[in-house]
Amino acid sequence: MTETLIQLAYLLAAFFFIMALRALGRPETARRGMQLAAFGMAVAVLATLLPARIVSYDWLAVGAMIGAVVGYPLGMWVPMTAMPQRIALSHAFGALAATLVGVGEYTHGAATGSLARGHVLALGLEVLFGGLTVTGSLMAFGKLQEILPGRPLTFRGQNTMNLVLLAAAVIGLGWLIVSPNEVWVFAAMLAIAVLVGILFVLPIGGADMPVVVSLLNSYAGLAAVATGFAIDNNILIIVGALDGLSGFILSIAMSKAMNRSFANVLFGAFGSAEAGGVATASAGGEMSTTSAEDAALRLAYANRVIMVPGYGLAVSQAQHQIRELGDLIEKRGGDVRYAIHPVAGRMPGHMNVLLAEAGIPYDKLVDMDEINGRFSETDVAVVVGANDVVNPAARTNPASPIFGMPILKVSEAKSVLVLKRGKGKGFSGVENDLFVEPKTSMLFGDARQSLLDLGLQVKGA
Amino acid sequence: MIQLFVFLLAGFVGVQTINRIPPLLHTPLMAATNAISGISLVASLVLAGSNEGVLATALGTIAEACAVANIVGGFLITDRMLAMFKRTPTATEAQQERDGASSVAKS
Repeated sequence: MTETLIQLAYLLAAFFFIMALRALGRPETARRGMQLAAFGMAVAVLATLLPARIVSYDWLAVGAMIGAVVGYPLGMWVPMTAMPQRIALSHAFGALAATLVGVGEYTHGAATGSLARGHVLALGLEVLFGGLTVTGSLMAFGKLQEILPGRPLTFRGQNTMNLVLLAAAVIGLGWLIVSPNEVWVFAAMLAIAVLVGILFVLPIGGADMPVVVSLLNSYAGLAAVATGFAIDNNILIIVGALDGLSGFILSIAMSKAMNRSFANVLFGAFGSAEAGGVATASAGGEMSTTSAEDAALRLAYANRVIMVPGYGLAVSQAQHQIRELGDLIEKRGGDVRYAIHPVAGRMPGHMNVLLAEAGIPYDKLVDMDEINGRFSETDVAVVVGANDVVNPAARTNPASPIFGMPILKVSEAKSVLVLKRGKGKGFSGVENDLFVEPKTSMLFGDARQSLLDLGLQVKGA
Repeated sequence: MIQLFVFLLAGFVGVQTINRIPPLLHTPLMAATNAISGISLVASLVLAGSNEGVLATALGTIAEACAVANIVGGFLITDRMLAMFKRTPTATEAQQERDGASSVAKS
């Protein structure tokens, strides 16, 4: 009877979770959907506490208390700019939970000698995915939080070593299926997984983090699926599948937007090898610089303006300044949109959150595919701290290393204003022909300060 | 075997649903799936609460704390983020807001 109740509660929770994901399809419904999901979660947890399986509650109370004390600040106090590392940290938590459950189940099973082959297969996969996600996510967290150096750390034979380690882990898994009670094999496999997690993220540079975080999301989901298989729990399988797929879909979207094949992403070592030696694809020509006064005048009398915020905007945390400038232009009758490239910011959709926090209505935040048709009728496109994602060479120059990367067609606008820190190249090290086009004017300086100056000048114009 | 069916069906539903989520909400999506995947709490509850020895209880309790942290933090931060996504007020709404503000100022 209780067992039926528990299963019904899980079914209800699964239903609410899927509805919540559906509701996330539109900003108007999303919040409501997530509240229903939270309710579903509460039902599932309460049902699990029914006395059928659980006999002692003391330690449960302790664990719940610690979790709540840690979780509250992670929910309420973390600033939106720190979202990528916060998400990475929670991937580590989720994976750690899965790994520990796997270890606990295995040792219990090994002690009582009740390990079946399928059971061990699931437990093995659980600690494999779990272990590498824990350390991988902690490494990603360290890099994003700038505790660890953001630049790629590489050494020779890195890929070979990773593959050998991974192969060793798979052999260990096979061994366990043949003889489930070899505790040391299980321990060795866990150790390898933990090591692989570190080695996998170590060579990846800070700018590639959106892909890594998405991929780790996927692995955390797969660890949950394996947990579900191991303890025969359908809701874990369902939720793990949703989580894993969502991470998978996001990492494919990210790798497409960064012009990398998915295989390239899966097998790591990106963001390090291709830098240097390829920056020959420039058309040449001089950049023309402008002053804040002149640029502001053009903005003040423009009918259609598109802002193109990039990574540099996030770095100098100028999202409030860009919103103020946009408001001032709108007040003078201009139409202002914000063009969002999929890899603007440091994780999928990060730029949208930053701009929404600054108070920009979401209907003005336009995705790349949708806004690209509008550039040709735009008077001024304002590029703030973006480089590769607006480089026309990605469309026109097959010799360019970024050829084929989807870009915002800024060069189709009637005029372009580029706010840039200095004359340096973008992340890929490629020259940007956009900057030397006759209709482009450059305004050098810190993005935040330049936006402030422009705002003051527009106000006075 | 039943588990495999559940997995495949959930995967199918997942692809259908997640592909419809606009890039606008991809960060909240990640935070949301994070919160939801805290459902692994039910596994750690069973491990920690069924008196299977000190090791199981200890591992289960740590796992439980991790899962609870993800649930509490995940749902809170997703809600915080989603609350920030606002539409441009329509002309009438903007008018009402101004009226409301002025009536407050009068009283």
